[in-house]
Amino acid sequence: MNGNTDSTSRKRLSRWWRWLLVLPFIALMWVSSYNSVEPILWGFPFFYWYQFLWLLITSALIIFLYYWTDEGSAR
Amino acid sequence: MNWVAIIVFVVLFGVVTIVGFLAAHWRRADLDVLHEWGLAGRRLGTLISWFLLGGDLYTAYTFVAVPALVFGAGAIGFFAVPYTIVVYPLVFLILPRLWSVAHRHNYITASDFILGRYGNRWLALAVAVTGIIATMPYIALQLVGLQVVIGAMGIGTGGGLAGDLPLVIAFVILAAFTYTSGLRAPAMIAIIKDTLIYITVLAMVIVIPIELGGYGKLFSAIPPNKLLLAPPTGNSLGLYSAYATLALGSAFALFLYPHSVTGVLSASSRHVIRRNAAYLNAYSLMLGFLAITGFMALAMGIDKMPEFAAQFAQYKANFAVPALILHAFPDWFVGVAFAAIGIGALVPAAIMSIAAANLFTRNIYLPFIRPDCTPQQEAQNAKIVSLVVKLGALVFIIFLPLQYAIQLQLLGGVWISQTIPAVILGLYTRWFNPWALIVGWLVGLVTGTAMVASTGFQSATYPLALDGLVVPGYAALYSLIANFAVAIVISAVLNPVAKTRGSDETVPGDYHIDPAPAAESPPPISATA
Repeated sequence: MNGNTDSTSRKRLSRWWRWLLVLPFIALMWVSSYNSVEPILWGFPFFYWYQFLWLLITSALIIFLYYWTDEGSAR
Repeated sequence: MNWVAIIVFVVLFGVVTIVGFLAAHWRRADLDVLHEWGLAGRRLGTLISWFLLGGDLYTAYTFVAVPALVFGAGAIGFFAVPYTIVVYPLVFLILPRLWSVAHRHNYITASDFILGRYGNRWLALAVAVTGIIATMPYIALQLVGLQVVIGAMGIGTGGGLAGDLPLVIAFVILAAFTYTSGLRAPAMIAIIKDTLIYITVLAMVIVIPIELGGYGKLFSAIPPNKLLLAPPTGNSLGLYSAYATLALGSAFALFLYPHSVTGVLSASSRHVIRRNAAYLNAYSLMLGFLAITGFMALAMGIDKMPEFAAQFAQYKANFAVPALILHAFPDWFVGVAFAAIGIGALVPAAIMSIAAANLFTRNIYLPFIRPDCTPQQEAQNAKIVSLVVKLGALVFIIFLPLQYAIQLQLLGGVWISQTIPAVILGLYTRWFNPWALIVGWLVGLVTGTAMVASTGFQSATYPLALDGLVVPGYAALYSLIANFAVAIVISAVLNPVAKTRGSDETVPGDYHIDPAPAAESPPPISATA
């Protein structure tokens, strides 16, 4: 029983965490916020490294949601 | 002719051919039933699924066309990166539901799901036909990648039928192993192909910038109007809205394509899909760097080099990456890189032809032509259709101008998007009326096609005028809004008439079921049974 309620509350919590996945949409659809050359990082204009950065953030978000919320613990 | 490259290319192609035929033995099962031939028995674990989906979604055409677009048009071509980033939250949230319901009811195609969910065979037919039509030009375009690398090795640059011979041979091989091994063949070949692609891209992003003096020098050699998106001017949002809507619209459409559905449903559990939603980003990273190779070609002025003049005249910007590879690497590595692109064409072409064959067999042949056929006849029919589909693509690319295939693929993206309301929303709600979804689909098709036609079939970006403000955006997304609006209004009108709503064989629990993965081999028959 205890394990059951634990996983239910975890599931409910994970529903809220899922809203984090809106972030990459907002960041990447807001094109005017990153269409610039400066600041340059390792030779890459901001436009390019910023989008690479969001690639890594999105991947990390999904890994977090998978392993630290519902599905990972359900296995 | 570049003999060293040709030999390496042919040897790697030979290895892949053998693997393609041997794949029939992997986790051996009865390949005379459709879910074994067409979905590899739903047995693919995280790693093989990762290779298969990666090889499936990031096609040879992508590898040639994305850098070519960056080379020719600049920053707008980079939209492929946000597109392949935002697609994965959608995959993570939405597709495990499709996997679960398909596993529960043995659905093999999206159209199977539509029939089960809405009990309306006309809506199922609409989804099936859209999928097949959108896939055909996509298969044809895979051949472009193959054609360009064959041409780059100096074979058949003069044109004519002799020049098409290598292409025909490659396709006969592809057709033969797809026929015998089904989805197992591209799954196994994808492992080789993707390894070669990763090696090639890694070599390009390390070696070529050294020649150019580093990434700083590379980017500073790019003219400012190509390095960034042109900012909005006057009353138009210009490239900003085009960039964002192309990325968003393409992301929504990607997983409606039949080959994506086939790839997803072949996974052995819903966890495989969720994990790969994170790990497939590795391919997006590679695609991003590959896009930048378009700038490398530009910074080097590769199209001005006299040794490539003839091929650039023939293949235009699509020759940018092959020329870069020829320029930067020794002949043997050119063979490896070109084999990666060439084999890269075979994997998605195989999966696409299987997906189209599944759709035709399951959702057109079975319900409308031969309702009484046995599972063996069903699988046999799908195998033959997969041959016909590939033959069609080959004839298309050899006898018709390339421009037609590109334009049809552009339209295909707009068309496939019109199945989003039925398929994606159908995974969450049964509120929509199937007849309303049909009308919405039709309205979306017509408006989307009209928008693309208004650009003379040159672009999928339509300048929508809103109260004096011009918002150029992806026609697929705009026509989808029209589709949605119509589907909502007509559903509200029709729903009170119970007869129009159709039956629903699924229950809410079906969308979450999480069965243990299928056994590695079919379970032994119990002696006591």
